[in-house]
Amino acid sequence: MSKIAGINLKVSSSPHIHSGETTTKIMWTVFFCLLPSGFMSIYIFGLSTLWIILSAILGAVATEWCCCTVQKKALTVSDGSAVLTGLLVAYNVPPQSPLWLAFLGSFVAILFGKIVFGGLGFNIFNPALIGRVFLMASFPVLMTRWPAPLNVDAVTAPTPLAIFKDGFSQNNMLSAGEMINFSYRDLFLGFRGGCIGEACVLALILGAAFLIYKKYISWHTPLSYITTVAVFAWVFAGEGFFNGDFLMHILSGGLIMGAFYMATDYVTGPITKKGQLIFGIGCGIITGIIRLWGGYPEGVSYSILIMNAATPLIDRFVVPKRFGNM
Amino acid sequence: MLQTFPGGKHIHGFKDFSKDKQIVSLPLPSQVIIPLSQHTGKNSQLIVKQGDKVKTGQKIGESTGFISSCIHSSISGTVSKIAEYNHPVIGRCQSVVVDSDGNDELDSSIKSRQNVESLSNDKLREIVKETGIVGLGGAAFPTHVKLSPPKQIDTLIINGVECEPYLTCDFRLMLEKTKDILRGVLILKKILQTEAVYIGIEEDKPEAIRAMRNKIVQMKLPITVVPLKAKYPQGAEKQLIKAIVDREVPAGKLPLDVGVVVSNVGTVLAVYEAIYDGKPLYERVVTVTGKIVKEPANLRVRVGTKFSELIAYCGGTTQVPAKIIMGGPMMGLAQCSEDVPVIKGTSGILIFSEDELEKKNEQPCIRCGRCIDVCPMNMLPYALSICGENERFERASKYTPFDCMECGACTYVCPAQRRIVEYIRLIKAVLK
Repeated sequence: MSKIAGINLKVSSSPHIHSGETTTKIMWTVFFCLLPSGFMSIYIFGLSTLWIILSAILGAVATEWCCCTVQKKALTVSDGSAVLTGLLVAYNVPPQSPLWLAFLGSFVAILFGKIVFGGLGFNIFNPALIGRVFLMASFPVLMTRWPAPLNVDAVTAPTPLAIFKDGFSQNNMLSAGEMINFSYRDLFLGFRGGCIGEACVLALILGAAFLIYKKYISWHTPLSYITTVAVFAWVFAGEGFFNGDFLMHILSGGLIMGAFYMATDYVTGPITKKGQLIFGIGCGIITGIIRLWGGYPEGVSYSILIMNAATPLIDRFVVPKRFGNM
Repeated sequence: MLQTFPGGKHIHGFKDFSKDKQIVSLPLPSQVIIPLSQHTGKNSQLIVKQGDKVKTGQKIGESTGFISSCIHSSISGTVSKIAEYNHPVIGRCQSVVVDSDGNDELDSSIKSRQNVESLSNDKLREIVKETGIVGLGGAAFPTHVKLSPPKQIDTLIINGVECEPYLTCDFRLMLEKTKDILRGVLILKKILQTEAVYIGIEEDKPEAIRAMRNKIVQMKLPITVVPLKAKYPQGAEKQLIKAIVDREVPAGKLPLDVGVVVSNVGTVLAVYEAIYDGKPLYERVVTVTGKIVKEPANLRVRVGTKFSELIAYCGGTTQVPAKIIMGGPMMGLAQCSEDVPVIKGTSGILIFSEDELEKKNEQPCIRCGRCIDVCPMNMLPYALSICGENERFERASKYTPFDCMECGACTYVCPAQRRIVEYIRLIKAVLK
């Protein structure tokens, strides 16, 4: 600052204007785009879902607040990223699971998924998925107990993918529709067993469409991811080759939520569009392998985490061709 | 589909403040401060001394090498002082202070020419050099150097893009001096002996496109007006060439390496006036604008007039100025005082109030990739910003920082509000 003729003029490096886009705005927009799916889950699985969501968010925010305070860093709670991580952890646990489960998942997600790496922007793995795989490994029973949709008393109703996988492995070759007793319509609207957030495909797609329209996420990762899973399922998931029920594989499990909301995480995915295509294809192949031949019925979270690990490598080799460098 | 270049970002123009204001001449200043460095290249050499009487347009600084330029007095009067003075680009600079005698008496060397067609190309170049013409788009590169390419040029591109928000001086010139600009274009075409001549104008200036096209038809000229997508930085030389003739200037090379010369409309007009009227470059059009400027204007101003006089002529400001920028908001330079002179490269004076300043709260990069999407040079601005922040300069050299023209598009879009351009400048300064 210089003081001449009684005015203080600010001197700084150009540019002197800014688009007004902020990290905080992006985080909260993604958060709100995820909410319709949560409302659908509350409707489908009952009010207890709401308490799970709140407990997960509280866990994430409290952990972040404590860490910032202990580290004597500026509070980053209001940037919305912790709230978003909490919401995503909640979306990754089964409905009617105990409240402490979601809280603990968020605690692990924030502390071991984000803070230990140095906070937002420095983490290698998607924090919410770190929370989820921690819970999967530590509480496998709680994490795979699925209440039946619209019927809170029925304690367990296996997920479509689990039914499909069991049926497949027993070589009990019924047609997919018969075997799982779910119509595509039910899958699309969310009337099936599954984690809180992944139930209603319609709500997830509406939110994602808005994010793509606002250019907060690009289509590259989700499209390549989902297409790869579909092709993989079509080729390998049926009797013989090329007659797998790819639509069932797209609509069930966590694929839609994973592809649009977790694989698109800026920090842990490739930064270039071309890199994002590779990332999506990689996720798709790993998901397919786990779903069809792996030990779990679902492979979305592991596939994204594995590709997160490959992201620095992708970013290193996939760089845009510089202007004037022919 | 309109022609354009890959990358870039549409930025709101903010041109309404001054785009309908006709160019008016600022009343003669009582004193001018004329710095000896107003162009890319070597400083001019002083050829007057304290106490000398000078006339308007009289040469006071001689060009001192191939890439250098002459400097002229912009008013008539007495050289009262030769001293270091505030300079809008380099901070301080040896300057000639001329006190006006109020007569604005033209130097005897300034005469209009009747026989322009018969002048040889060498003579035309000589005139351009002697009249001190430099690029008026911002970089102030000596024009006679551009007009002496070491190899054959096949395309001349006239830059009427004015992609910087707020600025309207080129737009006004295209409307008000259409014919003179086109005659200037013909001079450049003759000197460079090019076949193809294009004028690039952004689509959001339809009046300028129409004015140019009508006049070209009327005068039956072999010049094509190319409407371009309104996108920043469309007016950057390399991006303009890419958009119009789809040629990529190789990294570290010049437009002439792909057979192109680019010249700004204001510069072309200055060439016209130099050749036909014998007029040296001692005045230019400056846009004075901003939300808090009472009467934004496009002013024809003598070189060396203080910013404060231009601002006062525009009625001052409705609020206390918090930032005064020479040029546009994207690449302009923030000034530490109003007490700086207009130089040949001053395209605008932009004033912001406290509320209009970007409040930067810099955060870590979240790798959203927006900077990569908008970078017109296809670089990795995020990587450079991280290297700069951590002072890892050796590593930064891998990311070709010298390709960066500091257009600021990356910094404009960055949601983490990182000062990417500032980091790149730091890296360049260290690696140089």
